[in-house]
Amino acid sequence: MIRVVLPGHLRALARVSAEVQIDVKGPVTQRSVLDALEAQYPMLRGTIRDHVTQERRPFLRFFACEEDYSLEPPDAPLPEAVASGAEPLLIIGAIAGG
Amino acid sequence: MSGVRVLVGTRKGAFVLTSDGKRQRWDVSGPHFAGWEIYHLKGSPVDPHRLYASQCSGWFGQIMQRSDDGGKTWTQPGTPPGERTTPEGMPKGESNKFVYDTSSGTGKPLTTHQWYDGTQHPWEFKRVWHLEPSPTNPDTVYAGVEDAGLFRSTDGGQNWQELAGLRGHGTGPKWQPGAGGMCLHTVILDPSNPQRIYIAISAAGAFRTDDGGKTWRPINKGLHSQYIPDPNAEIGHCVHHVAMHRSRPNVLFMQKHWDVMRSDNAGDSWHEVSGNLPTDFGFVIDVHAHEPETIYVVPIKSDGEHFPPDGKLRVYRSRTGGNEWEALTKGLPQDNCYVNVLRDAMAVDSLDKCGVYFGTTGGQVYASADAGDSWTPIVQHLPGVLSVEVQTLP
Repeated sequence: MIRVVLPGHLRALARVSAEVQIDVKGPVTQRSVLDALEAQYPMLRGTIRDHVTQERRPFLRFFACEEDYSLEPPDAPLPEAVASGAEPLLIIGAIAGG
Repeated sequence: MSGVRVLVGTRKGAFVLTSDGKRQRWDVSGPHFAGWEIYHLKGSPVDPHRLYASQCSGWFGQIMQRSDDGGKTWTQPGTPPGERTTPEGMPKGESNKFVYDTSSGTGKPLTTHQWYDGTQHPWEFKRVWHLEPSPTNPDTVYAGVEDAGLFRSTDGGQNWQELAGLRGHGTGPKWQPGAGGMCLHTVILDPSNPQRIYIAISAAGAFRTDDGGKTWRPINKGLHSQYIPDPNAEIGHCVHHVAMHRSRPNVLFMQKHWDVMRSDNAGDSWHEVSGNLPTDFGFVIDVHAHEPETIYVVPIKSDGEHFPPDGKLRVYRSRTGGNEWEALTKGLPQDNCYVNVLRDAMAVDSLDKCGVYFGTTGGQVYASADAGDSWTPIVQHLPGVLSVEVQTLP
């Protein structure tokens, strides 16, 4: 199972209290994880990626294993530690506003 | 006894204020959607339990919310709590999805509009500014959005389709954003003619359809705006809000960037009725529930200083459909008040006497149970108020 940690507002929207676990079939990439996340929690569609372009929203970042994967291609493999469930994929809301 | 429900959208959540018909004691519920911007929420005229809300965020985009119990509980349409996917595992609702119609069969779809630097800029969906439920069907609701476009849902907010004839109007490439963005902020459904809809856009102006949204035409004749190259241009006017009394759908009142205007022929032409106002800049305008010639505005000092003149918060009322205005001050702060009242932040109830309500960027919601003669704050320390709507309950 893939572990995903959501920002607080998205946890409220999805009505989950902690990290979520999702089943991803095939290669574990940003795209496959987000596809599975949105299938399990359809209320999150459009909130992490734009509905039409599927691009990451500008103020969100994807962290894992103390690295920033936000600018990696969406089909690039995520770290093995994420694929194995040892480490979560962190979806982070950028700190903005001073 | 009848009652009143006031729906307040703020920069950090929604609040529902309820009272009985006396309108003296209020129950405050909220924040709903804490931390999110709630640009607007509004109830269905035919089912007061059905509410729609526009929830948005610079981080997470647009969310649509619906309540079927008068604001006690909310859900995203099509995605009930506990029902995450279809049996096939596919997402149910598309309620957050606003996609501009670029098909060839719906008029002249545009891809660009005027940008601040004079270049053409692609249409980009940002948020829903205004929700207007149908007067006859609780599942039908219109959404005015930024970048300016009009969408409609006929399934209770689950799916949205653009009425692309508006954006496809021939003047579209000349539309440009106001300081708040290129927003379609006013949607008025003619209660006597379901084919007629009025809308207004900052900064393009007002438009009207007489065929249910297929075709549109600008209705800005008589508007005069010195901040555009041709002050009398067909489009480009920064209309802030438009109001109508349901008994006289051909009579419209407009608060423009500067100037309070009136039309007696469904927007075909306008004339100024600013009269003796201390300043004719402002955002809100509304009409008394029972007196179609009684209108309200809140004058703001200027476009450079978005607060009341002289630090005095005054509602101005005209009982003559404009030109002759009286200041309403009883119960409102008359010194050191520097809040603003935004375009969708005034509403009226239909009790006798008519109640008038408005919210401020300072987080106060003021109510008058006597048509504006006196005011009291219902709440005083909310986040900045973006919108106020009122439901008169049976």
